[in-house]
Amino acid sequence: MREPREEGYDDLLDALESDTGYYLSCPAGHGSLPPRQVCPRCGDELSEETLPATGAVVTFTEVAVPTPAFAGKTPVVLIADFGPVRLTGELLDGSDILEVGSEVVPTVASSPGGDRHVGFRLASER
Amino acid sequence: MHAVRIAGAGSTAFSASPERTGRDLFGEAARIAIEDSGVPRADIDRLCYGNFAGTVTERQGHQGPLMAEAAGVTAPATRYESACASGGVALRSGVEAVRSGAVDVVLVGGMERMHNVTTERATEGLAMAADDLYESRAGVTFPGAYALMARAYFEEFGGTRADLAAVAVKNHRNALGNENAQFQREISTTDVLEAPTVADPLGLYDACPITDGASACVLVSEEYAENHDLNASVSVTGSGQGTDSLALQNRESLTRTPATERAAMVAYDDAGVAPADVDLLEVHDCFTIAEVLALEGLGLYDPGDAIDAATSGETTRDGDLPVNLSGGLKAKGHPVGATGVSQVVELTKLLRGDHVNSSAVPDASVAVAHNAGGTVASATVHVLEVRS
Repeated sequence: MREPREEGYDDLLDALESDTGYYLSCPAGHGSLPPRQVCPRCGDELSEETLPATGAVVTFTEVAVPTPAFAGKTPVVLIADFGPVRLTGELLDGSDILEVGSEVVPTVASSPGGDRHVGFRLASER
Repeated sequence: MHAVRIAGAGSTAFSASPERTGRDLFGEAARIAIEDSGVPRADIDRLCYGNFAGTVTERQGHQGPLMAEAAGVTAPATRYESACASGGVALRSGVEAVRSGAVDVVLVGGMERMHNVTTERATEGLAMAADDLYESRAGVTFPGAYALMARAYFEEFGGTRADLAAVAVKNHRNALGNENAQFQREISTTDVLEAPTVADPLGLYDACPITDGASACVLVSEEYAENHDLNASVSVTGSGQGTDSLALQNRESLTRTPATERAAMVAYDDAGVAPADVDLLEVHDCFTIAEVLALEGLGLYDPGDAIDAATSGETTRDGDLPVNLSGGLKAKGHPVGATGVSQVVELTKLLRGDHVNSSAVPDASVAVAHNAGGTVASATVHVLEVRS
């Protein structure tokens, strides 16, 4: 893990790792992800809300030419829709049956370079 | 408001030139543009300069003064950074400076040098245009981000890799004879479809190359052009800029580019033109899907309708609306910080009649330049018109 921690971002990863994911919401219901001081859409105050347990894959790709942090891998990355927010992350299993619309569960992954980031597992594989 | 004329325009050859320094590249582009303009260097009031990754690839920050020196100019100089739209925002700043009446002559330009580092390092540098926490760390590269958009587009509207391949084939054909283009050779649809995958559904030939190069223009007020009897027949009549969420995950749609839509709306209103008035365009085709998204964002096609614009011939050299007659980023090349200015260099020559492809648009009077940063989190649109 990078040092020092990055408040908000690492807090969310810790929460995803313990199945207590959350997102931020303003009174108007605009969802966003930490760290945020205000709602990016309306500038209003934010509160933490429970992230739905699964999201639906909106799009995905397998990156054949990765950055140095992923040397030796061809990470499958996807964007999943959780309703109020979408999350981008690396698929950790089931890439052969992945399709748009697949249900995924958020978790935490690590790059070969050691950085933590958002990961996903297929809900059907759990 | 003061009208803005383009008095001079020039680019270096776009190529892989790892041995050439950034200051050398920009110095050459500035020299060509200044000589083309006939404007004395001492009259230049400001340098607006675009560069994206110089702090990574050349370990060189504070490039404004460095590039002013390279151009032989002592005017105040500032570097602008908005990823691949760095040149576009530098240009827009120069346009606004002349329009405001604050200055009469601005040198605008940009430069990028990337072949002096490894492909992996260059890929890492380009990925810095994405959201570090939520995209880059998860393994999203620049091609990866556009692949996410391409798959979403196919899901929503249909379309095939062959439709995208037609964009690449068209732009390579347009680059034939463009002496500054990085790739002056034709490719076939089969070449595109059988190229190695970079990030599925995009292959190597769906992507623009990594390029070293620089471009520059001399902008002058109409009053200055008249008083100095300059031959500056092309005006910048519209300028717009738009911004969107940096990360794809924070956008409502992965198939729309509202930053382009906003920039275009402002630029068209500014110039008093409508999309139907546009005769030719240079758009930001960093990937084949990006040209499709640009044409829709610019209001030239409805969402979902531009996917077969190249296949049908509408945007080819002989079509109703030629797009990227220079070869575009795809074949002309994409020296990131220079691209937004290079598009205007190419359009200026196309409109003046001294471009190798000017014969394709002999009666053109309205041109549009569209420059995008990252996954179109930044966009600039400029309208150019021929004026007597």
